[in-house]
Amino acid sequence: MTNNHIISIHDVSKRFGQVRAVNEVNLDIQRGEFFSLLGPSGCGKTTLLRMLACFEAPTDGEIYIDGQPMSTVMPNHRPVNMVFQNYAIFPHLDVRANIAYGMRKAGLSKTELNARVDEMLDMIKLSGYGARGATELSGGERQRVALARALIKQPKVLLLDEPLGALDKKLREQMQLELRALQKSVGITFIFVTHDQEEALTMSDRIAVMSAGKVLQVESPMRLYESPNCRFVADFIGTMNFFDGALRDVADGIALVDAGPLGEIKARVESDPPLGEVVVAIRPEKLRIAFEAPSDAANMVEGSLGPSAYLGDRSHFYVNLPGHDQPVAVASQNVERLASGTFEASRTVWLTWTPEAVVLLPRE
Amino acid sequence: MSERVVGSGAYDKKAPTGLRARIRALALRSEAFRGFSLLSPTLGFMILVLAIPVAILVAFSFWTQVYLDFDKTFTLSNYIAYFQKPIYNKLLWKSIRISGSVTIATVVLAYPMAYFIAFKVKKQKLVWLILITVPFWTSYLLRVFAWKIILGYNGVINSGLGSLGLIKEPLQFLLYNPAAVVITLAHAWAAFAILPIYVSLEKIDRSLLEAATDLGDGPAIRFLRVTLPLSMPGVIAASLLVFIPTVGDYVTPKLVGGTTGIMIGNVIQSMFGKANNWPMGAALSVISMLVITLLVTAFLWFTKRVRKGVA
Amino acid sequence: MSTIAMGRGAPGKRWVNGLAVYAVLYLVFIYVPVLFLPLFSFNDSIYVAFPLKGFTLAWYGKMANSPGLIAALSNSVRVGATVAVISTIFGTLAAKAVTRYRLPGRGATVGFIMLPLVIPGIIMGIALLLLANFVGVKLSLFTIGLGHMLVTVPFAMLVMISRLEGFDKNLEEASLDLGENGWTTFWRVTFPLAIPGLIASLLLTFTISFDEFILAFFLAGTDVTLPIYIWSQLRFPAKLPSVLALGACILAASFVLVTFAEWFRRRGVQVKTTSGV
Repeated sequence: MTNNHIISIHDVSKRFGQVRAVNEVNLDIQRGEFFSLLGPSGCGKTTLLRMLACFEAPTDGEIYIDGQPMSTVMPNHRPVNMVFQNYAIFPHLDVRANIAYGMRKAGLSKTELNARVDEMLDMIKLSGYGARGATELSGGERQRVALARALIKQPKVLLLDEPLGALDKKLREQMQLELRALQKSVGITFIFVTHDQEEALTMSDRIAVMSAGKVLQVESPMRLYESPNCRFVADFIGTMNFFDGALRDVADGIALVDAGPLGEIKARVESDPPLGEVVVAIRPEKLRIAFEAPSDAANMVEGSLGPSAYLGDRSHFYVNLPGHDQPVAVASQNVERLASGTFEASRTVWLTWTPEAVVLLPRE
Repeated sequence: MSERVVGSGAYDKKAPTGLRARIRALALRSEAFRGFSLLSPTLGFMILVLAIPVAILVAFSFWTQVYLDFDKTFTLSNYIAYFQKPIYNKLLWKSIRISGSVTIATVVLAYPMAYFIAFKVKKQKLVWLILITVPFWTSYLLRVFAWKIILGYNGVINSGLGSLGLIKEPLQFLLYNPAAVVITLAHAWAAFAILPIYVSLEKIDRSLLEAATDLGDGPAIRFLRVTLPLSMPGVIAASLLVFIPTVGDYVTPKLVGGTTGIMIGNVIQSMFGKANNWPMGAALSVISMLVITLLVTAFLWFTKRVRKGVA
Repeated sequence: MSTIAMGRGAPGKRWVNGLAVYAVLYLVFIYVPVLFLPLFSFNDSIYVAFPLKGFTLAWYGKMANSPGLIAALSNSVRVGATVAVISTIFGTLAAKAVTRYRLPGRGATVGFIMLPLVIPGIIMGIALLLLANFVGVKLSLFTIGLGHMLVTVPFAMLVMISRLEGFDKNLEEASLDLGENGWTTFWRVTFPLAIPGLIASLLLTFTISFDEFILAFFLAGTDVTLPIYIWSQLRFPAKLPSVLALGACILAASFVLVTFAEWFRRRGVQVKTTSGV
């Protein structure tokens, strides 16, 4: 266990009867990190989080927090705290009592405790709300109280189980930024569970993408977006165009791929991938659309224009390629003022892209 | 913002070892362990007062009574006596018929009431539910007795009709017959039928009803095709909740049944009273329970088949 | 959409009114027979017959002076209170275990605990009588109480299950997460939130025990409870009106207790709980 890993998850599995909710997960989480567990419903992220909080015990494997195995520690003795999905604010206590709830054994005097609670109320911007009953709070306010209640204990790790899911869009976006800023100022490791990939990309230092109990990729948001390691991750994060292809040759970091409807394309690769079947993946914004045939381009293909959508700052196009059953999604910034926002369908267009824009994924 | 100290001292305890720790680990790993330890006092108690006495009951049915004591040699004589004296069997099936009538009457009468509260009452549900359930938490004995004075020769109905000049002689047929038993029991058990039916009606997803309407069903058809089938679990529960206890009832037959309204419960009770034949009483109880269990199983199997067939 | 709304014309309304009339009649059917008891307890005649002869409180006076009544009443109250407290404790523990933990065989366990509700009372009474005989325990108020618990524990459990299901499971987890152990969590979180349910359970189980006749009849020794006392008085026609008076008092007391209990219990709990009791 290296000293900078605050949490180490070793070969952890969790079985419910026949179902493996979490399947041999290995993760190391750094001190002070904002770490997200991202995946669709049922992928095991919440189960994994609950194992970190000790509300479930792993069927196999071990979890270490700050070097200590957690298998013999009761939930109330772990150096982690959790913010629940529905906040779990005690309805029979007021805001002050809720925040101070976990500090009973901390040995603080009444004045010290009150001062701390006031500090927390300031931090969550609810000063003066101390005497409010829990049932009188709005969703966003309850979420902040839940945060304060956990943070006042200064845990080593804070676990958040989809805390923003119940908020409306504007509030959610605001809370995302606030949470991020809070984490940075407080310096505590946050482990954040969400199914919203935009949310994870916005807030995280690193993201673990999960599916069916397994961790597929752990990377920073940028590398996750630009260099996914498998089709699921590429598809789950953002939008992606996929083409089946065959890798013919690699030379000087450029791979030659026979990509069917796309023709022969060049892709920049970092290491030497094996020859054979691959999936070619290109993001919509990395495809350039031209209405006249380009004179030179590393990669180019001709197609016909399908439906298009004008979004003000950008336009979305769907281009039909002969031999490819899915239309190709293209996102293009409107860098020049357009006379009209519509384009006739079926007119011929050309798509170009650089070798750096291509991601090669294994065929599954 | 000032630097916050991450991780206070209280969190740096060492993990404990030893037997306590191992039990803790088991408690942590096994939710079942924790749950069952919480459940054990209650479960233990119920086994003590339910399972063991019933086992003893079964044991008693194989013994014989000798004056004030019991001959504990195993014998089937009580069971043989049951089949030898046709009166027992007749009485059991008569009780079943009476209970069956009570069940049907109660459930049929209760259904519209439950439907009313579930669907037609918007704001006052709590009030209605309290109104319905409160009378039935009160003394069963008194409620049966109330019917005795209502149906009696000089009782409420007779004297009321007489003083209104509608009848010259008191009606004889009101009391001391099976019909009186059925009426009394139907009244006494009404709430037990309403509540399960109400619960299953309340649980029906209202959007299903809207969908049926949207697809063309009128209210009556919709009731038959959607509401009624979905409320069947409640109807079944209500039926069982009324049928099973009433088969063995003896208070009602004793107070309002007279000689013709007697039920198997009366005979069983007399075995522990005047007739003083405890083992026989035990045997009658065992046989009654077995027959009830068989009937209930058949009923459940039948309803399951009907539901599968309809679906 | 509009065509469907238009369908709610006169026919729909008639249905609703018919159902409402039925509901009121049904309520009348349920309440009126029972109300004859208090009605005739004030009647100046030893015959329960129309026409009413005149208002009198004499029967209540006679009732109060009946020997054995006070003793029976005090026995019923003592048994009832004890049964209420113990069965509420048992029922609460079981309800917590069932609602908060994933137990294998949970359905069977709950079914087993609920079994007394569907076994004919006479059979349970006999079985317990035989147990007492077998073990050599003398019949007394203690055996009556034990028998009552057979019926009250399932009810207590039902009431507490519906209460516990109605509130957030995460609340207890949050308390554990914040450093409390199981015991302190119970006192700081579970208990305060469960109090309405506990009160309801206590009142209901008390009432059940107070009014229970069949089991008491089989398991009574020399000390009797109130229902047994009433049963013994039914043989004497002259005592009929004072029995009515007693009955009226019991009904009134039960009515008040149970109304309180139900009001407490259903307050704030969604009506759509699975047990619905």
